[in-house]
Formats: sequence, structure tokens, C-alpha cells
Amino acid sequence: MSKSAYSTPGKKGKFDKHIIVVWVDNEAGVLARVVGLFSGRGYNIESLAVAEVDAKLNISRITIVTTGTPQVIEQIKLQLRKLVPVHKVADFKREDKNVIFKEMALFKLVGNISKRKKAFNACKKYNAVLLDKTNKSYVVQVTALRREIDIMSKNLKKLGLVSVSRTGAVAMTRGAEIFK
Amino acid sequence: MSKLSTGAEIVFKCLEDQNVEFIFGYPGGAVLPIYDELKNHSSIKHILVRHEQGAGHAAEGYARSSGKPGVVLVTSGPGATNVVTALTDAYMDSIPLICISGQVPTHLIGTDAFQECDTTGITRPCTKHNWLVKDIKDLSKIIHEAFEVATTGRPGPVLVDIPKDIQFQKAKYSKPKRKKKLNGKRHNNFNQKDIDELIKLMSKASKPIFYTGGGVINSGPRASVLLRELVEATGFPITSTLQGLGSFPGDDNSFLGMLGMHGTYEANNAMHDCDLMINIGARFDDRITGKIDEFSPKSKKVHIDIDPSSINKNVKVDLPIIGDVQDVISSTLKTIKKAKPNFANSNKQKISKWWEQIQKWREKKSLDYVNSTETIKPQYAVQRLYELTKGKDTYITTEVGQHQMWAAQHYKFDKPNRWMTSGGLGTMGYGLPAAVGVQIAHPKKLVIDIAGEASVLMTMQEMSTAVQYNLPIKIFILNNEYMGMVRQWQELLHDKNYSESYTAALPDFVKLAEAYGCVGIRATNPNELDDKIIEMLNTDRPVIFDCLVDKQENCFPMIPSGKPHNQMLLGPKDQEQNKITGKGKTLV
Repeated sequence: MSKSAYSTPGKKGKFDKHIIVVWVDNEAGVLARVVGLFSGRGYNIESLAVAEVDAKLNISRITIVTTGTPQVIEQIKLQLRKLVPVHKVADFKREDKNVIFKEMALFKLVGNISKRKKAFNACKKYNAVLLDKTNKSYVVQVTALRREIDIMSKNLKKLGLVSVSRTGAVAMTRGAEIFK
Repeated sequence: MSKLSTGAEIVFKCLEDQNVEFIFGYPGGAVLPIYDELKNHSSIKHILVRHEQGAGHAAEGYARSSGKPGVVLVTSGPGATNVVTALTDAYMDSIPLICISGQVPTHLIGTDAFQECDTTGITRPCTKHNWLVKDIKDLSKIIHEAFEVATTGRPGPVLVDIPKDIQFQKAKYSKPKRKKKLNGKRHNNFNQKDIDELIKLMSKASKPIFYTGGGVINSGPRASVLLRELVEATGFPITSTLQGLGSFPGDDNSFLGMLGMHGTYEANNAMHDCDLMINIGARFDDRITGKIDEFSPKSKKVHIDIDPSSINKNVKVDLPIIGDVQDVISSTLKTIKKAKPNFANSNKQKISKWWEQIQKWREKKSLDYVNSTETIKPQYAVQRLYELTKGKDTYITTEVGQHQMWAAQHYKFDKPNRWMTSGGLGTMGYGLPAAVGVQIAHPKKLVIDIAGEASVLMTMQEMSTAVQYNLPIKIFILNNEYMGMVRQWQELLHDKNYSESYTAALPDFVKLAEAYGCVGIRATNPNELDDKIIEMLNTDRPVIFDCLVDKQENCFPMIPSGKPHNQMLLGPKDQEQNKITGKGKTLV
């Protein structure tokens, strides 16, 4: 038997990827409460995006991409709902066709013009916007899915990509309905 | 325009409007304006402790024994960090505390000022919520909200951090407002369908059991009354967690004793073999469940809890009922009375086999021990203490370890709020300051801390508090010179390597008592034990009772961790009868 005062771990379930959206009062320390809950209870954070969405009601919207067993995901939601500044919590499965997920990335490309043009063309299918150009460089903005940005940032290396900055995913349901 | 008040005045006005009678605290630089204001508020009495951890535990003892929230006042920096253990303890055991801490002036926050620490940062994971007051205009609203958060839903500790400059500034005081549920958080979220479903399960069950916990106590004394009615109306057996003791009479025939790691043979086997488990206000803690995968494999499980996040956290349940225990039991009773007024009688036949089985388990007498005429057995000491204090409406606190389990096993409670012990966090040093708080709440009652000599030394300084306020608390130390539970685990699981679990130098507790200005009594053998206990009970002053007990005694029964409920280690009597040999030995 284990020589521990604690029990041994039981069976682990299957891990799913979920996007958790949390509406919170925009007050000091609120992000620390949410993030601290995740780290304190050993939950995963793959990405995080947060900003105020309603200046009048003082509401921020936090979007967290996480993985866990169904039991853990359920706990994450219930624990979040207990936090005093939390208004509501939505949970979307990554595979959910009814939800749009987007991430934004900024690419800095340095190199000769033909390489840069080639790189920009490659970005075009991801809503590429040329934000800045000099005779040596481009800064390009793309919005896409996480894995698409992963692939792009790998492929653009040989075309002069020197710096990447990216946001966490944000999510919204399709259609006229909003999450209550 | 209405009168303006200083921040310090606002603090007291809030406390007055929240009907606070006692604050447990310790002054310091960053709370001096609040201490300065104390003299103007005669309805509030300040209890000066000797260490901020003591303030926290005393407030816990006060809260648990009175049902009212405990209030703590500490200074910035070390004052706040010292109270963290007590806040965490209160968080784990769901005790309502409001901790007010001083902070360095706002313009110094973040400069590593003298006695500055990130109090709200440090206490964020061990409070239900905390606030740093940055604007005097928010102060009254925040303190009222702090009381609401601490006392509603699943209770717990909160902290309000008030910078010193805010304590001096002036603003209008606002009274508490009854408002709608905070951010839409509701506490009762069940309906009649859930209750009907519960009753359906109850009438189908042939091996049912109630498994009750601290939630019954937290729900108020009425919940304990209703629980007794529910057990009577159903005829089901009932077991309780450590925290739930007292919600059901410990000497009632329906009561199987405490369950869990050191629970009785009958309670744990009944939990393992039942076909319907009704959890009322307990949380499937790991000391209760043992090995999760083999926990009560054949039962339907019902979980009644006020905290939605308790549902399915450790154990998946078939029927969750989210609500205040008192309201859920009350609805259940009403429905039984209407739909099946004769439930207990008509059901008797169905569960009679189950009761027969339980009776067989009971015959094991798993709490038995081998008594001695030479040395005092710790179990015997607790039993004598119980017999000699029975009927005195005694309040018991404990420290943490073997003595705590022996107290839980052998002291029988028949009322809620009489048993204060650190269950979740397991804080050694809890019992003495908790007894201080209990005695403050119940000045005329008998308050005993059943202690271990190692635990009690962690907060021994609070004896000085007890003496200052003439609190006749009784510190009943089961002194075996070991950290007994550590020693027990080392004996059973670490090849008797008693690494650092023996205290080679202990104070003379009788002289220590005298040094503090209280009374010291020592019992060295079973023959004098009763007389000495009676002497203690007849002393109307604080007493330290040094009860020298068997040094090698182990606490049985015991479920070794990682084992299911039906694989218990029983005491020496049983071990002699069923000598553990070969394969069985490797289990230990």
C-alpha cells in the first residue's frame, strides 16, 4: 500500500477542450481572482483574453481556453460562479459549430520586398491587414483560428518573420441569440 | 447635509448595525485610528489576544458556538499574515468570519513600506471574498457587503483591508440595505420534483443511510431538530462526519457513530454496502471516502448542499439537491407527511434485514480498547470526562491529532454548536483560542478544550487572554509526549522510524498554568482520574489539566488511506483474535 496519508489518484477521464466565457465586474483584482482559481485548483489555461465590454455597467468579459475532464470543466464553471464579482459563466465546446472562435496575431516581417510580399500573400486568407511598412519591414495583422496562426507563424519563419504577438481566443455564438 | 464620520467611526457604526458584540483583535500602527475610536462604542467589547492567529480561532469558536459571525481586527503586515492560518481554517470549515485589517496609507501601497504586505493578494485564496478600500465613500457599503458575503450561502471568512489614511478621512455613513441576491447568486435552487424524486428513492431503498455533515450545523439549530424528525419519520440509520457531530444525538440507537478514516466499523461498512446514500450537508472529503473508485459502489447517491460546486466535485451523485439543509429537510418532511404519513412503519419490514446487518457490525465494538489499571488510556480519559460532564451542556473544542479523534469517538453530543474542531485544515493549536471564543459567547457554560500536548503548545500564549478576561476554560491535555498521530502513522507505515515525533523537552504544565495565573492539575493514574476531573470541574478559573496517558496507544479503527471503507484496521483486541499474517500484513 502507499505510504502516504493521502489516497492514491483514481482513474483519469478523457480531456476535452472548452472555451469558458466569464462576465465580471471590472474591479481591481478580479482577473487575479479568476486566474488564481485556475492555478490554485490545478486547472489549465491555454489562452486568456480580457477587456471591458460595457463601460456603463462596468462589465469585463474574460475568455479562457482550457482543457479538462467533463468533471473538471463542470467544477471550473461552478467555482467561477461562486466568485462575488462574477455575473455569468458560459461554456462552449471547442467543436461547437454554433460558436465563432477567433484569435488575432501581429507578424513583423523583415527582409527583401519579394519575400515580404510573398509572406503577405500567404497571410491574405486570414484577413491580413498591412499595419505598417518601411523599406525593410512589414507589420501584418491576421485574425484566424489558433492552429492556423500556429501554422502561419511556423511557415513565415523562412520569409523573414522576426516577431509574433498574439491574443488569446475570443468567442461569440452565431445567430441573433445572446447568452443569458 | 448629514454628518460626516471618519473611516474609523464608520467601521464601528457598521459593526453596531450588524449587531456585533465582540471583536477579537490585536492593535498595531496601521489600525491605531480604529483602536482610538473603540472607547466611543460601549456596546462593542474588544478581546485582546496574544497572537493574531489566536484572534482568528477565537472568532471561529465564537461563531461556531453562537451561530453569529466572528469579527477579527488586526494590523497590517505581520498582523495580517498571522491571521492567514485562521482564515484558511475558517474557509475549509465554512465558518463566517469578518476580518478587518489595517493597511499602510494609500500613497505608500506598493513601496515596501514598514509593515506593508499585499494582504488582499495573500488572503485571496483563503477568503470567500476580500476588499481593499481605496475610497472612503465605499467603506460602509463594503463592510455591510462583507457581512452579507460571510454569512449567506455557504458561510466563510472575508477580509476588508483599510489603509490608515482612509481610517482618518471623512464620509457619510450608510446603513445596511437589504438587497437582492449578489450578482444573481441564489441559495435555494431545488423544486418539489427533486423532493418527490428523493422520496421515491427512499421508498425503494432497502439499505438506506443518512450521511450528515457540518452543513446541518451551519443551517441553524432548526435544521438539527428537523433532521431528528426526518430520521424518526423514515427509520433510516444515520452517520455523521466529524463536523456534523451534535446535529443528531450521539447516544441514539439510529446513530452509527462517526464515519471516515477513524469512524466506526458499522458506519463505514454501512456506507460501503448501502443502496441509498443521502448526503446532507457533507462534502465527500477524502478522509470520508477513502479510495474514490471503490467508495460505496452499489448505492444511489443523493447530495443535499447549499454550495453547487460541492456537487460532483469528488463523487458523482445521482440526485443533487441544491439548497439550505433546513429548507430541504422541511420540504421533505412535509411531503412525507402528506404522501406517506406512515412511512417509517410501512418501511420497517423492508429495511429490517439492513438493521440486522448493522447490528452484526456493531457487535464488533470497534471503539473498544484494552484498558489498564496502571496507566490512563486516552480513550478512558475522554470517556470519564464525558460521563462526568454529561448533562452539563458542555462545549468541547479540540486541537488536531489522536486526541481529536478520540474525543470525536468517545464524547457523545446531543446538541448542535457544542463541538468545535478544525476538520478541513487540521490546524494544531486551534482548540485553546477557540475555547476562548466559545467562553466569550457562553460565559456561564462549561467549555473544555480536549487537547494534545504538542498542539496546545502552538497557541499556549492565549491562556494569558483567558486569565485576563476571567474565562474559566478547561484545557484537558492528553499528554503522551508524542505527536501521537504522526507517531501512529510512523509505527504503521514507516517501519517504526519515529522521526522527530517525540518532544524530548516539555514544559511542566502545572507550573506553566501557575505562571499564567491559572490552575494546574495533573492526573497520573486511572485511580485518581475521576477525582482530578471533578476538581477541575469545580474550579471556577481557567485550568490546565495535564493528563498523563499511555504513550503508545493508537487510534482505531482506522481506514488506511487509499483503501475502501470495508477494509478497516481494528483495535488490538480484534487484532489478537484475527492475527494479521502474511498477505494481510503487507496491507499495513
